[in-house]
Amino acid sequence: MKMHLSSRALLLASALALAPAAYAETPADTLVVANDISDIISLDPAQTFEFSGNDVNRNTYDRLVDFDPLDMEAGFKPALAESWKVAEDGMSITFTMREGVTFHSGNPVRAEDAAWSLHRAVKLDKTPAFILTQFGFTADNVEEKITHDGNTLTISLDQPYAQSFVLNCLTAMIASVVDKETVMAHAEGDDLGNTWLNTNEAGSGAFQLAAWRPNEAVQLTAYEDYYQGASDMKRVIVRNVAESSAQRLLLEQGDIDAARNLTPTDVESLSTTEGVRIQDEPRGRILYMGLNQKDELLSNPAVIEAMKHLVNYEGITDSFLKGMFMTHQAFLPAGYLGALEDQPWTYDVEKARQILSDAGIEGGTITTKVRDLREYVDVAQTLQASMAEAGLTLNIEQMTGAQVLDAYRAREVPIFLGEWGPDYSDPNTNAATFAYNPDNSDEAMATGLLAWRNAYAVPDSMNEATVAATLEQDSDKRAQMYQDIQRQYQAEAPIIPLFQRIENTGLRQNVQNWNAGGSVTSVMYHQVTKGE
Amino acid sequence: MSVTGMTRREWLLSDAPLTRRQARLGALYQGWLTFRANKLAMFGLVILILLIGMAILAPWIAPQSPFAQNLAGRLAPPSAEHWLGTDALGRDILSRLIHGSRITLFIVGTVALIAPIIGLFIGTVAGFAGGWIDQVLMRITDIFLAFPKLILALAFVAALGPSIGNAVLALALTAWPPYARLARAETLTVRNADFIAAARLQGAGPMRLLVRHIWPLCISSLIVRVALDMAGIILSAAGLGFLGLGAQPPMPEWGAMISDGRAYILDFWWVAAMPGLAIFIVSLAFNLLGDGLRDVLDPKGDKS
Amino acid sequence: MLSLALTLLGLLLVTFIIGRVMPIDPVLKVVGDRASQAQYEAAYQAMGLDKPLVVQFFGYIGDVLTGNFGRSISTGQLVIDDIRHVFPATLELATLGTLIGVSIGVPLGVIAAARRGGIIDQVARVVALVGYSMPIFWLGLMGLLVFYGILGWVGGPGRQGIIFDGMVPSVTGLILVDSLIAGDWAAFRDAFSHIILPASLLGYFSLAYISRMTRSFMLEQLGAEYITTARVKGLSEGAVIWRHAFRNISIPLVTVIALSFGSLLEGSVLTEIIFSWPGLGQYITKSLLAGDMSAVLGGTIVVGVCFIALNLLSDLLYRVLDPRSK
Repeated sequence: MKMHLSSRALLLASALALAPAAYAETPADTLVVANDISDIISLDPAQTFEFSGNDVNRNTYDRLVDFDPLDMEAGFKPALAESWKVAEDGMSITFTMREGVTFHSGNPVRAEDAAWSLHRAVKLDKTPAFILTQFGFTADNVEEKITHDGNTLTISLDQPYAQSFVLNCLTAMIASVVDKETVMAHAEGDDLGNTWLNTNEAGSGAFQLAAWRPNEAVQLTAYEDYYQGASDMKRVIVRNVAESSAQRLLLEQGDIDAARNLTPTDVESLSTTEGVRIQDEPRGRILYMGLNQKDELLSNPAVIEAMKHLVNYEGITDSFLKGMFMTHQAFLPAGYLGALEDQPWTYDVEKARQILSDAGIEGGTITTKVRDLREYVDVAQTLQASMAEAGLTLNIEQMTGAQVLDAYRAREVPIFLGEWGPDYSDPNTNAATFAYNPDNSDEAMATGLLAWRNAYAVPDSMNEATVAATLEQDSDKRAQMYQDIQRQYQAEAPIIPLFQRIENTGLRQNVQNWNAGGSVTSVMYHQVTKGE
Repeated sequence: MSVTGMTRREWLLSDAPLTRRQARLGALYQGWLTFRANKLAMFGLVILILLIGMAILAPWIAPQSPFAQNLAGRLAPPSAEHWLGTDALGRDILSRLIHGSRITLFIVGTVALIAPIIGLFIGTVAGFAGGWIDQVLMRITDIFLAFPKLILALAFVAALGPSIGNAVLALALTAWPPYARLARAETLTVRNADFIAAARLQGAGPMRLLVRHIWPLCISSLIVRVALDMAGIILSAAGLGFLGLGAQPPMPEWGAMISDGRAYILDFWWVAAMPGLAIFIVSLAFNLLGDGLRDVLDPKGDKS
Repeated sequence: MLSLALTLLGLLLVTFIIGRVMPIDPVLKVVGDRASQAQYEAAYQAMGLDKPLVVQFFGYIGDVLTGNFGRSISTGQLVIDDIRHVFPATLELATLGTLIGVSIGVPLGVIAAARRGGIIDQVARVVALVGYSMPIFWLGLMGLLVFYGILGWVGGPGRQGIIFDGMVPSVTGLILVDSLIAGDWAAFRDAFSHIILPASLLGYFSLAYISRMTRSFMLEQLGAEYITTARVKGLSEGAVIWRHAFRNISIPLVTVIALSFGSLLEGSVLTEIIFSWPGLGQYITKSLLAGDMSAVLGGTIVVGVCFIALNLLSDLLYRVLDPRSK
């Protein structure tokens, strides 16, 4: 049968003569990326909250402050705002806008646009709006709280928040500065241009959106008048390729410059392929295990303790998650202020069994839902095997992401295995969801909080500590506060951080300065160059 | 019954059977002879018998536990210790295949039982009754037929929750329409045949005509179709497993095993290739058997 | 026409019910993981999910009749635009696949029947049996590995090489046709090198089916009396086979080909996934798993119309041309 197919293909191939595979290299001024971009549902920065959508907006819009792809360590730097000043009482920040920057439409970027963009995001109140509204803005008061005057923009806060907290939030995609005139020309009713912006773009970023075809491709073209200088790459094509093996073949053939969803085995094989290199970058996503406290068995402190020793951390990161995840047992990812590197737990079935028997627990069965992603299911299966050794039975039901999420938000997933990605580059993004849950009742419906989803009644002291950390102006002290919270968390919480995601990008050898955004932001193309 | 002077074979092959029973057994025996002469079909039959044996004896013949993980020895190539290698979690593929045969047989067996019965009933009733009943039933059949099969099954499983039982149900619910059409077509060709008219003249009611005269005529072509569809059922089940909607981990369902191995196919071909091969062999066996059965049972079909 | 409309309505009803009983929450897809309860409620109402099912269903039918298929929640685009994009991709693949299947399958079936038991018959039999028994995505992956990865003979996953992306103006949506219209040979060859492997794969499966059916139709005819008569009259074997027997099987054969074409139109989900082919099958599957019912319903209408039309055609052919079923 293979004979049959190959002889036919041979015939066809010879009929085609020299047609295919003649383009072994992408054009020098074009960056071609293979990525799974099927998650994009909107490109309006006030609404976009998916990884791939943020990847696009990161490059088509600018923000008041932003990261420098060539100097991530420095944290946020001036961008559309040239400078800023915090008031004495810490209750407001005034930004001075950079002169001479223009939107892709040719309109100048004004303080008015910046203020309006923030107003717009708060008024539309789409999912990511909380990143801004946590500073006390509402649709009714935002026009008074965020004002502009000539070349300056002033943001008034409801509490004297840490400056780093506020500015980190302004690096989030929702704080992108949008071209007011262009957008309002396309507004329908009172949608503030939302419908139009969902599929179009009105920014000032290094790239213009040339085309977006859902589940197929995003095309960007360089903005020649970019204030930091036009990008070397005149065209960026992000092609939707879901399969790792397909991405790998494309990369090997030289049909693409970067492959972003490679499995560990494909990475391993590519690392010895000529003309290809692998770039590792720790991302912000934390793979964790949430033990639902509504479950009688799982709310037993001994079981919580035992579960921490039933995860084969080393075995997993050395095998099927090799290079893709690293063991990380605290909720702030490496790369964040206050990240904690302590690893108090090791894989020890014997110890887990001892803990269980000391507590008088003899067996138990849990049926849980796991998202049908290879890595989660594999982690679940290893957990299933080690729990069995310790006398606990775990039944797994694979489901789609949407189904698991639905049940999770209804507090109906006994053992959740999955990832949490930070929403902005400040430690509060994770602290406020892992370690903050002021009202654990069902009626609270705090569906956005991981602690609530797992029915974890965060102790009052920890709730208060989490809030206090957002108000500390001294960064060193602030970091210390977060580390203290995480240590307490490791000791008692039923939500157990396990691993941190590492993105392995497969790159053609000549691609330089690739930056997927580290743990704090999204991919950046402006600085990418291609050598020989 | 006088068998004196005749071997059993002669009795069975007698040109002039003395009783109905002799005639029927004789026909069966004739069929068996035809079937046996078909080497490929016999080959298929032998494989399936081996498969059933394997399923029954799985715990005794599997060299290792199908669930025992060994992360250090994962993705090992075929060797003396692991004849067919190990999978991504270091489990012995051969043992998983052997245990998985039970699941495969269960799925195929149940679907092959449910779907044709639904189809036979709907199809013959539609074809025989005609008129508006035919219209309504065939429209329903069309609706199900018009639906993308895998997607319909997927929707059912998604609605009912993922498990083997639901996967079987979903496959059966999507598999019946072709049987209904087939049964209806068969019914239409014989509906006005002389022997039906004769039976009707003898006073047979519609139910009796259906059950005694029409069903038996449809059954043989249905059986052929079922045997030929088995492979399709296995492949559809694999499709569901591939989408995570069939057997749940750590069950060694073959389709799920292929989808497990998909990520590794370029470097560790055996992880997906072995269950793929198992599916291929079993499907082939069913197809060979179906081909042989067609020769025997379907008088209108080809005899080669 | 009425029955067609009724079948379609039934199809939509079934889809609609499935969509509503499925435990997948479309609102979550829209608002995402972090949404507050208030944002969730707002989206729920905006999507009209708070209305009774019957109202939703007939509201939807009314919209469809006025040409409004709604907006997909997983792509953010109008469903009609999405389908305008994905359907030609599938159509192109299925058409080429069927062409391959027919052009090889029919002659193979005829020859196998004419030379029953001969070498070609045996080969045809094995080819068909293997085709019926092979897991398609495994074959697809291996094909991709060998012909693209190792040999580099064919284009990779997707419909076009990336540098040709969006270069040819879209007229029909079928890239092969569009590139010919534009007179762009390079784009045509590129598109052809991409489609040939998945199309061959689908073609192989349709070939298996078509050759088998052709053979058995032919055998039925060749055993008929008029063939014997023709032979007795001294007609050449070629004339007997092609002019007499083959002409008589053309009607059922058209039906078989139509059905096989229909099943390629809807049944190539796995192939589309393996080859990153942005077609209808993938579109419906993804939408379904996201609870994106406008998209699923839109896709179902397209598939349903195709399938029902093909079935009607085969029914008609039977009624008009086969005297026995009158």
